[in-house]
Amino acid sequence: MASSEVARHLLFQSHMATKTTCMSSQGSDDEQIKRENIRSLTMSGHVGFESLPDQLVNRSIQQGFCFNILCVGETGIGKSTLIDTLFNTNFEDYESSHFCPNVKLKAQTYELQESNVQLKLTIVNTVGFGDQINKEESYQPIVDYIDAQFEAYLQEELKIKRSLFTYHDSRIHVCLYFISPTGHSLKTLDLLTMKNLDSKVNIIPVIAKADTVSKTELQKFKIKLMSELVSNGVQIYQFPTDDDTIAKVNAAMNGQLPFAVVGSMDEVKVGNKMVKARQYPWGVVQVENENHCDFVKLREMLICTNMEDLREQTHTRHYELYRRCKLEEMGFTDVGPENKPVSVQETYEAKRHEFHGERQRKEEEMKQMFVQRVKEKEAILKEAERELQAKFEHLKRLHQEERMKLEEKRRLLEEEIIAFSKKKATSEIFHSQSFLATGSNLRKDKDRKNSNFL
Amino acid sequence: MSTGLRYKSKLATPEDKQDIDKQYVGFATLPNQVHRKSVKKGFDFTLMVAGESGLGKSTLVHSLFLTDLYKDRKLLSAEERISQTVEILKHTVDIEEKGVKLKLTIVDTPGFGDAVNNTECWKPITDYVDQQFEQYFRDESGLNRKNIQDNRVHCCLYFISPFGHGLRPVDVGFMKALHEKVNIVPLIAKADCLVPSEIRKLKERIREEIDKFGIHVYQFPECDSDEDEDFKQQDRELKESAPFAVIGSNTVVEAKGQRVRGRLYPWGIVEVENQAHCDFVKLRNMLIRTHMHDLKDVTCDVHYENYRAHCIQQMTSKLTQDSRMESPIPILPLPTPDAETEKLIRMKDEELRRMQEMLQRMKQQMQDQ
Repeated sequence: MASSEVARHLLFQSHMATKTTCMSSQGSDDEQIKRENIRSLTMSGHVGFESLPDQLVNRSIQQGFCFNILCVGETGIGKSTLIDTLFNTNFEDYESSHFCPNVKLKAQTYELQESNVQLKLTIVNTVGFGDQINKEESYQPIVDYIDAQFEAYLQEELKIKRSLFTYHDSRIHVCLYFISPTGHSLKTLDLLTMKNLDSKVNIIPVIAKADTVSKTELQKFKIKLMSELVSNGVQIYQFPTDDDTIAKVNAAMNGQLPFAVVGSMDEVKVGNKMVKARQYPWGVVQVENENHCDFVKLREMLICTNMEDLREQTHTRHYELYRRCKLEEMGFTDVGPENKPVSVQETYEAKRHEFHGERQRKEEEMKQMFVQRVKEKEAILKEAERELQAKFEHLKRLHQEERMKLEEKRRLLEEEIIAFSKKKATSEIFHSQSFLATGSNLRKDKDRKNSNFL
Repeated sequence: MSTGLRYKSKLATPEDKQDIDKQYVGFATLPNQVHRKSVKKGFDFTLMVAGESGLGKSTLVHSLFLTDLYKDRKLLSAEERISQTVEILKHTVDIEEKGVKLKLTIVDTPGFGDAVNNTECWKPITDYVDQQFEQYFRDESGLNRKNIQDNRVHCCLYFISPFGHGLRPVDVGFMKALHEKVNIVPLIAKADCLVPSEIRKLKERIREEIDKFGIHVYQFPECDSDEDEDFKQQDRELKESAPFAVIGSNTVVEAKGQRVRGRLYPWGIVEVENQAHCDFVKLRNMLIRTHMHDLKDVTCDVHYENYRAHCIQQMTSKLTQDSRMESPIPILPLPTPDAETEKLIRMKDEELRRMQEMLQRMKQQMQDQ
């Protein structure tokens, strides 16, 4: 019964894809007919397709697995230590400084093997996260990195000759977000970063260095964190509950988020066993003791139970979202203006045509623009010429007038000179005559006049 | 504890007086008188706490003074804090221990380092410290100095995150902005997430970085050479363990049949007052029992004096720049410029006179002729 249900479901989807133009009443009729076309049969003997899952398993074992983890958290919060503890390996990593001018991401790929399973593990760590005084741009490098991995995959997918099978998938499958164990609430940067990442990657928040939070505080802290995430609409990764075999444990674990973890690679002797722990003067915190912290739960959930689901979610949810947005941005759609389905080829043709038309229109426009411009310029030049001419005329006239005036003045002056010389001559004659007559008396008079002048 | 003992041994007790009756003058009781007077007056102390939220500032203050200052404190959610500004909150309490009254003021700086952009987030704090200095300076130079309220910040406990590898840029920025104004005592907060070897490493690192960035934190005074060996040893230990790694707790738990202040974990009980667990006791001894007065002295003698000198210098330099008329304080008129103008006026007068004479002469001549 179950198998037939699945078949119907799939069928329905394909039908929807091909014939969305049908009216709804007709649609249900069509559905009826199609459903009747597939009949469930019982076979009379063993055929062998029950081994299909096994084939798939064998194939993927051969191919090996690939998993990419992104660790986001402040410098020194214990990202590297936790990853070391999770995979029980010393990934050589060095302590980073608090004085990076901006946030960087550092990716490192490792090949791991457990029994016969190969795992290509990529660990991406943030460097310098939360250290800057101004943290407004801190999440941008992380967003950019995730997008860059999606873009690389999309490019590969769009190639004509593509090799997705051997392609090293670098898309981030899970983001472990390390929250400071303040016991109060999220930090502002945490909220901002998670808000910007939640549609791009599966976020699993963890409370780092949980050995500073006591049991009662931890309960309150977890509730506070979750309510803050919910009230701000941050979507964190929920362990899937649709698979019966793991639904129960996953549902229980969903209620315990975020996990409070302690990481350590130091071995301490407890009882007569060496365990991973941190030795304090007041006691030993055992990493793998469920009473001490949630490390085991995290490992169980992240690696043993839900790794495959994380990969799937990345591909079907986050990557699809990215691809859709990207293609829409480029102008592709699934349905045309009248709700008609459009294939990629059609869109491409239409786009090409549109671009061609657009180009021609632009060219025409440019030509006209050019002619217009030339005309305008010419008019301006002519105007300028005319103005210059007028100015020239004006100046010329002025010059002429000036010259005339000068001429006039000169004439007047000359006349004056003549008149003056005439007067001078007459006065001299007069003088010589009167000199003889009045003699010294006049001279005295003149002298006084002179002294007054001086 | 030891200071109390030392202090008593130096005092002349009544029995001693009987013994040295012959050379008795009486000024040996001066310390006693000082003691009595100071007890009567009471003490005050202003402590500032700064550091990111969630590092246990309030809890530590609670553990230090065993008083709950933050009963009705409201914690802001992350969203509200995105563009939050730094506030300054002052709580004042009067506490009394065996007749000694202490007016304790805790200056809290909620919101420090919590916003996304923390550029200059220490500005409100430096402004506050300066304001207190200014207020005191004004009061001190006023006429009525009877009831001066001393609100100067005597000590600033700066909480460094234990989750990092050392100082962060914001820590350096804060301490560099305040180290000339107040005694900074850096602390490693929430030290119960570090095992002893990590604490040693982090302390080493922080000390190096404080040196490297040229930050002047509060230096414990050299202890006198006449102190006893025990005290010297204690002092040495104190200096060695800076910056103190502290754990605070406001709950009392049962440990080995005793009720102690501590934190209960599934793997054990952290005892706040256990010297093997953290430096809380050292901090308390330093802050309250041995160095409180030194902190106040340094504040008065170094930081305040610096501020005052700077202030006066600025005022005088401003006065010479500004026009003399606007200055609030009347200054003596400088002699040179006035003499010059007078000379000028005299010269002008002379000239005028000369001209008049000349005119007179000319008139005379005219009439003569």
